[in-house]
Amino acid sequence: MQPEQLLSDTLQSGSLLSVRDLSVSFTTEGGVAQVLDSVSLSLRAGEIMGLVGESGCGKTTLARSILGALPPNARMRGTALHFAGQDLLTLDPRVVADRVRGRAITFVPQDPFSAFNPLFTVGDQIMELLRWKSPDRPLREVGYRRARRRADRARALAMLRAVHLPDPERLLAKYPHELSGGQRQRVMIAMALLPEPKLVIADEPTTALDVTIQAQILKLLRTLANEHGASVLLTTHDLGTAWEICDRVTVMYAGQTLETAPIEAFVHRPMVPYTRLLLESLPSRNAALLGIPGDVPSLVSPPPGCRFHPRCPQASNACRAEHPALSEPDAGHFVRCHHPQLAPVEAVVG
Amino acid sequence: MSSTAPILELRDVHTQFAIRNAWGRQVGWLRAVDGVSLSVARGEILGVVGESGCGKTTLGKTIAGIHRAGSGRIWFEANEIGALTAGEGRALRRNLQYCYQDPGASLDPHWKIGRALEEPLVIHTSMPRAERRARVGEVLAAVGLPEGHLDLYPHEISGGQQRRIGLARILMLRPSLVVLDEPTSGLDVSVQATVLRLFLELRERFDLTYLFISHDLGVVRLVSQRIAVMYLGKVMECGDTAQVFAAPAHPYTQSLLAAVPVVGGRRVTETFLLEGEPPSPGALPSGCRFRTRCPLAAARCVAEEPALRVLADGRQAACHFAAS
Repeated sequence: MQPEQLLSDTLQSGSLLSVRDLSVSFTTEGGVAQVLDSVSLSLRAGEIMGLVGESGCGKTTLARSILGALPPNARMRGTALHFAGQDLLTLDPRVVADRVRGRAITFVPQDPFSAFNPLFTVGDQIMELLRWKSPDRPLREVGYRRARRRADRARALAMLRAVHLPDPERLLAKYPHELSGGQRQRVMIAMALLPEPKLVIADEPTTALDVTIQAQILKLLRTLANEHGASVLLTTHDLGTAWEICDRVTVMYAGQTLETAPIEAFVHRPMVPYTRLLLESLPSRNAALLGIPGDVPSLVSPPPGCRFHPRCPQASNACRAEHPALSEPDAGHFVRCHHPQLAPVEAVVG
Repeated sequence: MSSTAPILELRDVHTQFAIRNAWGRQVGWLRAVDGVSLSVARGEILGVVGESGCGKTTLGKTIAGIHRAGSGRIWFEANEIGALTAGEGRALRRNLQYCYQDPGASLDPHWKIGRALEEPLVIHTSMPRAERRARVGEVLAAVGLPEGHLDLYPHEISGGQQRRIGLARILMLRPSLVVLDEPTSGLDVSVQATVLRLFLELRERFDLTYLFISHDLGVVRLVSQRIAVMYLGKVMECGDTAQVFAAPAHPYTQSLLAAVPVVGGRRVTETFLLEGEPPSPGALPSGCRFRTRCPLAAARCVAEEPALRVLADGRQAACHFAAS
C-alpha cells in the first residue's frame, strides 16, 4: 500500500477535518509569498491537535484558511478541505458564513483584549454572538425572539460559570477594560464554546498570559473541550503548551508540514531533524544555547525542495531537488522528510 | 577596586505612581516598586523574574534613572545615584545602560547604522572622529556583523541584525552594567538561543554585569547566577539560581516554578493548584501581599507583613513559614 493511500485511510476513518495539499499564497509588494506549500493535516473528532512552529511558519494562515477568514490578497489552492463531510473549498460561501464559521468552527484569539469591542459591555457582545450563532437559532432567522433570548442568556451564564468566572451576572454588565487578561481569555473560551462547535481553533491562546494563569487556562480549555466533545486545533510556538494539552502535534516550518505524531512519540522519538533541533533548543535542555544556525527563509523566494534544507545537518541533493512525499515510518507517525532519524533521542531530564 | 564590592546596591527603594480619577484628582498610589533591597556583584548576572505587573520593569527603569525613586537609596560603582538630579545622574550613568525588549526597534529609520552607532560617543565623549570610527568598527565586529552594514539603513537588514545593532549601540560607551528588560520575549526558541549566546559572549568580552529581567523562568535559569523573584513590587525570594530552582523557599516561587511546563515531564495542567489572579497593585491586601493566593496563608499573614530575611543556606525569603 502506498503511504499516500495509507494516510488517506487514516483521514477517512473518523476524521473531522482533513486538509490535503493546501497551498496559500499572498500577493505582496515584494512579490508572491508562498505561505503554505501543499500542507496536509487531519484531525479526529474530539482530539486536541497542536500546530507547532516558529513565527512566520504559516500556522496562523493554516488556521485562518480552515476558518475561511483569509485576507483578500490571499489565493488558496488545494485538493480538499473536508470538514465534517463537506468540502469547504467548494461549499457556497453563504452556507459557510451561516453554518460553519462561528458555529461549527469557532476561534479563540491570541490577544483577548483586541478581540473585544471596547465600547460595548461583555454581556452585549456575548448576546450579539448568540443572536446569530446560538445553537437554537433556526436557519435564516433574523429576529431574536424573547424566549430564545432568555434561553441564550441562561446558557451564557452557565458557560461563564463553567469557565470559573465569579459572579457572571455582574460580569455581563462590565466593559472589557474592567477584566484582567486571564478573565478576558476565559470569556473568549466561553464565547468559543457557546455555539456548541465541532472544532475550536485556538491561535496562541496563552501567549499573552503569565505562567500561573497559562496553566489555569490550558487546563480549562482541555477539560471543557473534552466535556463538550469539541476538537481543538491549537497553534503555538511554545512546545511546553503543546506538551500540556495536545494529543497529537504537527510541526510546520516555512509553510510546509514536516512531521505529525502523537505527543509522546513527538517528544521522545522525533524523526525529522528540524523537530529534533527544536526540542534541543528548549531552555531546559543541555544544548539549549546552540539554537539552529541560519535564518528562516524568505517566503517570496523559498528554497526549492524541502524548505528546511539550507539549515538541515542531514541535507542531501534529494532535499534540494524535491519536496519529500508523505511517509509513515511508524504507526500514526507521519513525516515529510528524505532522511527521517529512526533512533530514539536520549531520555529527557526536566 | 576589589571584586567583592557590589557594582549596584539598592536599599529600600520605592517607586510609586499616582492613580488619578477621570478628573485628574489623585485617588491613591500605585506602589510599583515597594521597598526593594538588592545588591549585584561585579561580573554576575542577576535574574529578576515575576509575572506581569510585579514591578520588575519599573525596578529596572528606576535603576537606569528613567523613573525617579520616591524613596530609598541606589549606589552604582560606589556613587549614590538615586538622589541626584537628572543632569548629574547622566554623567554617572554613562556606565549603566538600559536595553529595551527589542533594542533594534529603537533605531531611527532615517539614520544610517554607522551614524546611529556613533551618536552616543558624540554626546558623551570628546573622542576625535577617527577614534570614534575605530570604536564603532570594533563593537560592530563583536556583535558579529560585517563592516559594510554601517552604510545601510535599519530597514535594509533583518530583524535579528537590527537587534544586534541595538545591542552594539548600548555597548558603544563601554558600560559596566546593562539592564536587560525582557531581552528574549517574543523570540522563537531557536533564535532565542543565538541571542542568549551573544549576551554571554559580549559579557566575557566587555566585562559586563547584567541585570536580566524576564518572565521566562527557563531562560533565567539558563543564564543567571542569582535570581530575585518579585511579586507586586516586593522581592519574595532572592538567592543562588541553582538553590532557588532546586528547593524554592517561598510559596510564591514554588507555585511559579510548578506552573512552568516541562516538555517530556509531568504535566502542569494535571497538578497545578494555584487559583485566582494577583490583586491589583493599586489595592494591596494587608499583611503579606501573596496571602490571597497562598496555600499556607494563616492569621499571622493577614496581620503582619513578612520581612525579607536570610535563611540558613544564605538566601533570602519573605515568608513567615520559610524554614530558617
